[in-house]
Amino acid sequence: MIYIDIIILTLLAVTAVTVARIRDLWAAVMFTGIYSFIGASWMLLLDAPDVAFTEAAVGAGISTVLMLGTLALTHKSEKPSTSVPVVPFLVVLGTGAALIYGTLDMPHFGDPEAPVHQHPNPSFVERSQPDMHGLPNVVTAVLASYRGYDTLGETAVIFTAGIGVLIILRRDKNVTSKESSNDEVVT
Amino acid sequence: MNSFPIIRVVSKLLIPYILLFAFYVQFHGDFGPGGGFQAGVILASALILYGLVFGLPAAQAVAPSWLIEKLIAVGVLIYAGTGVATMILGSNFLDYDALEHHFLTDVPWGSETLHLLPSGQHLGIFLVEVGVGITVTSVMLMIFYCFAGRSPSSE
Repeated sequence: MIYIDIIILTLLAVTAVTVARIRDLWAAVMFTGIYSFIGASWMLLLDAPDVAFTEAAVGAGISTVLMLGTLALTHKSEKPSTSVPVVPFLVVLGTGAALIYGTLDMPHFGDPEAPVHQHPNPSFVERSQPDMHGLPNVVTAVLASYRGYDTLGETAVIFTAGIGVLIILRRDKNVTSKESSNDEVVT
Repeated sequence: MNSFPIIRVVSKLLIPYILLFAFYVQFHGDFGPGGGFQAGVILASALILYGLVFGLPAAQAVAPSWLIEKLIAVGVLIYAGTGVATMILGSNFLDYDALEHHFLTDVPWGSETLHLLPSGQHLGIFLVEVGVGITVTSVMLMIFYCFAGRSPSSE
């Protein structure tokens, strides 16, 4: 099992570096899709199939399509950079080192002594069976019932994002026909 | 991409199963992994695949823009409406215990009793997940329509 972990994490790192280094934007978009698929496999190994579904559908599917759609409106290759980016490299290196240093104090994966397994006592796993009248999926029970208010907020965030995209990107036929002369000057 | 027969045939074969899987994830989410958000993105990706292969007008014939626009709000309204319904029934906002009912819950069937309708917590979770699924599907689809409907000349 540990070999699969090592292989998948190595592939993730290699894909990430490739995306950062490649100049052909079309290939870069494809590599982000591959990255999402490997990420979905990794989530599956961590016993999080919900997250794996989302990663596969959103990361590998929808966002790849959206990036290709964006690519159709721009150029296919990145402009060659004129200078060696020393300062950004140092910033990234420092942030990465700080993040890795931060993980040193965290409990190991699946550690029964971790605070998350100690704090709500009895835990949601035990409490949700009588509370939910035998609904077996604790994740759904927590998301939709115990934390229903949070999920309402998340749905409102998705709603707001969708409305924002609509307002910015959609070209309304009525408006463009009314202000067609005006519109051409602006665009 | 309509001129590539392999892509056309393979996506025709795949899309029904993607749709079916989306509905499975939506309605079985209380028992297995999944829920409204996952089902929404899977459903949207099936429709986006259809739009990619058969063209934007074909996808918009299945899911017209005017309908998708309204469904974005309908999902949130179903979610918040469930909360308001529990308040009207005399409980806290989104406290699904208020939805407990005895309509078609203890139907005798041979030696056991069947629950034909989900009750209480289960019904609340079901309604809320339907709301999330509708909003996520329509937002993803709407973003795709917005991006795919643009052409470089309009910039």
